[in-house]
Amino acid sequence: MTSLNTHSDPLILEMRSITKEFPGVKALADVSLRVKAGEIHAICGENGAGKSTLMKVLSGVYPYGTYTGDIVYQNEVQEFKDIRASEHAGIVIIHQELALIPELSIMENIFLGNEPTKRGVINWAEARTRSTELLARVGLREDPDTPIKEIGVGKQQLVEIAKALNKSVKLLILDEPTAALNESDSQHLLDLMLGLKGRGITSIIISHKLNEIEQIADEITIIRDGKSIETLNVKADGVDEDRIIKGMVGRTLESRFPDHEPKIGEVLFEVKNWNVGHPQIQDRLVCKNSNFFVRRGEIVGFAGLMGAGRTELARSVFGRSYGRFISGHVYKDGKELQLRSVRQAIDAGLGYVTEDRKSLGLNLLDDIKATTVSANLRKISKNFVVDANKEYAVAEEYRKSLRTKTPSVEEGVAKLSGGNQQKVVLAKWMFTDPDVLILDEPTRGIDVGAKYEIYGIIQKLANEGKAVIVISSELPELLGLSDRIYTIFEGAITGVLNKDEASQESLMKLMTSARKTA
Amino acid sequence: MNALKKLFGGNTRQFGMIFALVALIVFFEIFTEGRTLTSGNVINLFNGNSYILILAIGMVLVIIAGHIDLSVGSVAAFVGVCVSLFIRDWGLPWYIGVLMGLGLGVLIGAWQGFWVAYVGIPAFIVTLSGMLIFRGANQFVGKSNTIPVPADFQYIGSGYLAEFGPKTGYNNPTMLIGLLAVAFVIFSEIRSRRNAKKLGAEVPEAWVMVLKLVLVCGAILYATYLFATGRPGTSFPVPGLILAVLIIVYGFISSKTVIGRHIYAVGGNRHAAELSGVQSKKVNFLVMMNMSFLAGLAGMIFVGRSTASGPFDGVGWELDAIAAVFIGGAAVTGGVGTVIGSIIGGLVMAVLNNGLQLLGVGADLTQIIKGLVLLIAVAFDVYNKTQGKKSIVGMLMKNFGRSSEIKADETTQTKEVISRGI
Repeated sequence: MTSLNTHSDPLILEMRSITKEFPGVKALADVSLRVKAGEIHAICGENGAGKSTLMKVLSGVYPYGTYTGDIVYQNEVQEFKDIRASEHAGIVIIHQELALIPELSIMENIFLGNEPTKRGVINWAEARTRSTELLARVGLREDPDTPIKEIGVGKQQLVEIAKALNKSVKLLILDEPTAALNESDSQHLLDLMLGLKGRGITSIIISHKLNEIEQIADEITIIRDGKSIETLNVKADGVDEDRIIKGMVGRTLESRFPDHEPKIGEVLFEVKNWNVGHPQIQDRLVCKNSNFFVRRGEIVGFAGLMGAGRTELARSVFGRSYGRFISGHVYKDGKELQLRSVRQAIDAGLGYVTEDRKSLGLNLLDDIKATTVSANLRKISKNFVVDANKEYAVAEEYRKSLRTKTPSVEEGVAKLSGGNQQKVVLAKWMFTDPDVLILDEPTRGIDVGAKYEIYGIIQKLANEGKAVIVISSELPELLGLSDRIYTIFEGAITGVLNKDEASQESLMKLMTSARKTA
Repeated sequence: MNALKKLFGGNTRQFGMIFALVALIVFFEIFTEGRTLTSGNVINLFNGNSYILILAIGMVLVIIAGHIDLSVGSVAAFVGVCVSLFIRDWGLPWYIGVLMGLGLGVLIGAWQGFWVAYVGIPAFIVTLSGMLIFRGANQFVGKSNTIPVPADFQYIGSGYLAEFGPKTGYNNPTMLIGLLAVAFVIFSEIRSRRNAKKLGAEVPEAWVMVLKLVLVCGAILYATYLFATGRPGTSFPVPGLILAVLIIVYGFISSKTVIGRHIYAVGGNRHAAELSGVQSKKVNFLVMMNMSFLAGLAGMIFVGRSTASGPFDGVGWELDAIAAVFIGGAAVTGGVGTVIGSIIGGLVMAVLNNGLQLLGVGADLTQIIKGLVLLIAVAFDVYNKTQGKKSIVGMLMKNFGRSSEIKADETTQTKEVISRGI
């Protein structure tokens, strides 16, 4: 690898065989990335492929010494201790969740941590002149004194870029910059990136929106399962979306799911005319007259865009743990249930695995065994006294059957990888022995190998005659796993498709329109 | 080093506290020229601190659940004055007075628990208000006077066990309690070891268990000896006995029962607990109610010991109890803490107080020292966690032998835990 100076275009950054491990997971294995000076370089990959981890290594979030491999930046091997060190070198990362303080003004945010001072006192006059300049450069027409909370996400994104420019950025990294933006804001941002390129600033963009990448990127590096697969030159290789997808997926859809022969029985669980109001906003419905049913042994998918009301529907059914209940009926085995609390829902045979494992699903202070039994303490207690021996035995049993990777069940759940944490959460709900199990984004933040195992567990639960509901943002996952898929748009169920009639296109159509099917 | 860890079940924090307590006792024993470990002083120490330790038991549960209770001193004083008046003015027998005092504590706790759990007002505010209300109520009801209590009521605050049986030269009931405690410790250790073995869990070598038992039983027997050889008529004090019963009961509740699990769950992650079917409001209510119940008990013990109720009883107790809990390893944000840890934390403070007093150090310096001890104990804990939970012994050995590298992801993950945990 002595190619440093032999290329016609000089490299600004070369990451050489970066390997980064977390307990139980190899997040990055021998990843290489070569970015030419002055280009826009895109990184593509599925969720959990390792894109963000790679950028965290680059920006010093994971400091030097915690990974192996070299970062060569501007012809020197760098050893960043923290984000400050990488910023000092001119590498600025803008995360998907913006790091702005809502109460402070645009100007104060731009200069936060980098205030222009004169003898220790902030020189606001200079700050104002410079922020006006910076705002003009990013094309944001706003008074620098406007509080951040009063401008939209698109404009906030521009403030972040202005903040980066103020730090004399040489390499700008944008993690999913357009994920939360509308069409015109996205276009403005992309134009801005091209403008910055004209001024000699190199950018790395991570995005799922392949059409945007095709539009602005010069080169694309594809990462899959923690490995760098290939680097494509957009013009020379004639890259289009299909070509990128082929690199990202790298295998046929079928092989991502274990074989499964569904054994579907009669209707087990049914929700009728379900209406739920928003917890804070009066007169706003998060579930609008929803009807659905699940049969014994069936895996039913719920597809919808972010904020469509999938989680709200599931949690309101699960013991009214979300929103204001307005009206509706829940039936199991034809009998109506009254589910006023989570306790009642669990007792009635419902289980709900949350999408937000860390803040809603786990007590990160607990160990595996305490977590496993936490939703069904009664089963292992006598006279309100918990039998520690039974607790250990139960946890051990699930550790073996779900193949959770851990030294022992007395390990803290905070130490486990995402996939193993999810297995512990699944064990917790399997131990309540539910007839109806709702899984909200069951594979979020989990690596591909563990996903496959989780799919296997879900299918096994269905085969045991349970009714399983899977909510997911990943359409391939729903298509591969579900026997039937409901689509939700703005709180209303807009359609239902059988496995054989569903495709990404047909689902997407229903997920983005209020069209009601008969 | 590993053996030491095994000795204390890998709980380095608890080990650290026990170690600090023993070191403190040894330190004062040397520098007070043997005046620390005398029967009289040890009995005094227990009598004078039992009410704070009782408060610490309730407080640790409150803090585990993620709350705080600033009203305990005022509640204790209010219950104390009411009971004194029941007995003096209404002529009730002392035991009815005690029962009514406990009932009053429960009522006050229900009041505070209602606001915290069902209205959702932070416990800090509710109990700050309670601190003012019940201090005022104490002075209003007692007209800011001192109200004496009869001798039989004083038994719960400063009484001793009645002597019985043959003349052995030791106090027989104290000896009996000590021997029962030793028997219980041995029995339970052997049983838990057998159970762990049966489940196939890893158990430490036999000599580790024997050594642990020898150390623990030795300590119990030595304490028994101290209590049993006081001047005639003294024994293990009654408040100490009440405290011991409470430690056993609450230690059991917090670690072995369903409600105990629920307290930790609510404090650790309220939302996750609720989505697992835990009724967090009920848990919060019970925890706050229990605190005032124990505060009432502590107030009565204090009145019994000081022979009268006064307008400034219990001033500053809440801070002593809270300090004991945090020295004992609880986390400000909830979810972490143990009853036994808090008791050890409280004893560290008590021994410090007592020893400095024996050395003739003034109240001013004593406060400064206690303040620093609190800070250092918690700082030590935070440091330990950021270092990937290393043991004290490990830290002492840091510069010897193999260097211990910290894995990066471990630190980032523990940081996550700490940002919630401390």
